[in-house]
Amino acid sequence: MTCDDAKILLHALIDGELDAGHARDVEAHIATCPSCAAELAAYRQMREAMGKANLRFTAPASLRQRIDAALPKGTPKPAPAPAPLPANVTPLASRRSVLRGFAMGSALSALAATGLVAVVLRNDDQQLIESEIVSAHLRSLQPGHLIDVVSTDQHTVKPWFNGKLDVSPPVIDLTAQGFTLIGGRLDYVDARAIGAVVYKRRAHVINLFVAQTSSTARKPAKIETIQGFNIRRWSDRGLNYWAVSDVGADELAEFGDKFEAAVQASKEG
Amino acid sequence: MPVNTEDDPERAQRFREAALPHLDDVYTLARYLLRDATDAEDAVQECYLRALKHFHTYRGPAMKPWLFAILRNVCRAEYARRASAPATVIDDAAEGAEQTPMWHEEQQTPEAELLRERDASVIRRLVDTLAEPFKETFVLREINNLSYREIADAVGAPVGTVMSRLARARAMLRSAWLAEQEQAK
Repeated sequence: MTCDDAKILLHALIDGELDAGHARDVEAHIATCPSCAAELAAYRQMREAMGKANLRFTAPASLRQRIDAALPKGTPKPAPAPAPLPANVTPLASRRSVLRGFAMGSALSALAATGLVAVVLRNDDQQLIESEIVSAHLRSLQPGHLIDVVSTDQHTVKPWFNGKLDVSPPVIDLTAQGFTLIGGRLDYVDARAIGAVVYKRRAHVINLFVAQTSSTARKPAKIETIQGFNIRRWSDRGLNYWAVSDVGADELAEFGDKFEAAVQASKEG
Repeated sequence: MPVNTEDDPERAQRFREAALPHLDDVYTLARYLLRDATDAEDAVQECYLRALKHFHTYRGPAMKPWLFAILRNVCRAEYARRASAPATVIDDAAEGAEQTPMWHEEQQTPEAELLRERDASVIRRLVDTLAEPFKETFVLREINNLSYREIADAVGAPVGTVMSRLARARAMLRSAWLAEQEQAK
């Protein structure tokens, strides 16, 4: 990577817009380049000062009332229905439009020449979190990192999380279904503690990450592949789940289905 | 059959729920773009009325960039009006007056709070001096917290352009800031 690339991309790094792989590349360049390192430090410092200062304005109450009065009155619904999926509706399509927009942006001089920009940017927050999830999964595979509490007993693993997290991740033994519970771990994703329940399928490790979400709506599972790992993501009862593994997508789907069925059964039973 | 949003109470209610939570964000952008509290209020109100009118064309994904795009159009009309109107002086003093009076409260205010408030007014002033379109991109990123993709949607430019504008804006702000600190010494 050249300094010219790095000097642009370091902004994307500061803003958390780079995907994990390119973030590593930029960081690697910065580690060997004092000039880029100084620039990054200066911008981080500036950003920090800006973060501390309150630069936002609050709309005056009179404006709020004016607008409220100007808008036609609606019929308030009894309960706030879940909005029809705000973001992430068509992540693929929007990524494609990023690429298309970029291809048409003829006014771009240096950046267009590098050809980097469109492909290195993460698509949205979800993707950032997922690449962090994959990083956490990779970290867990390093010797000695996989498990904090070693147990095949769900009644040992579940209480272990108490007091360590703001959620109580469901820990379910799926040994009979072919996925062996081997323990639990505390991990960090998006600068927050997150629970990881660890399973094994033959020689493959499956990390099931569980984090709280403000939405209680159930979101059906979606499987994606990042850096060669499969991720099955779903949400249920106020929890977000990400199952990550190098097992095939079909086996990961099987794992997710059995896990969800078991959670359902335990809630009902 | 075209449905007029204004006559559809259910849709109007959906608009309220989707758009009103972003009022402070829209107002903040308007303040930076127009540098005048009264003009900003008028622009925000106009923005919300236009947004309601076009709400039936709204297809997502995110509400904030959509509102910002409408606000930008309203502001552009305002720029045009100002350019044709006899030169008016933007009253910076009035803007400052509604902020916390920092020097009167020196005894009660903790020092950190004081510094923060002073930093904020210096930074706001420096951001205000940035040229367009750099200021707009900078405010959308740093103050309105939009992602690059959302900024691109709001300003109708490719993501690569957003990145280069942001890099330029930060470089300009940084040198202005350094000059400011030199002066303070």
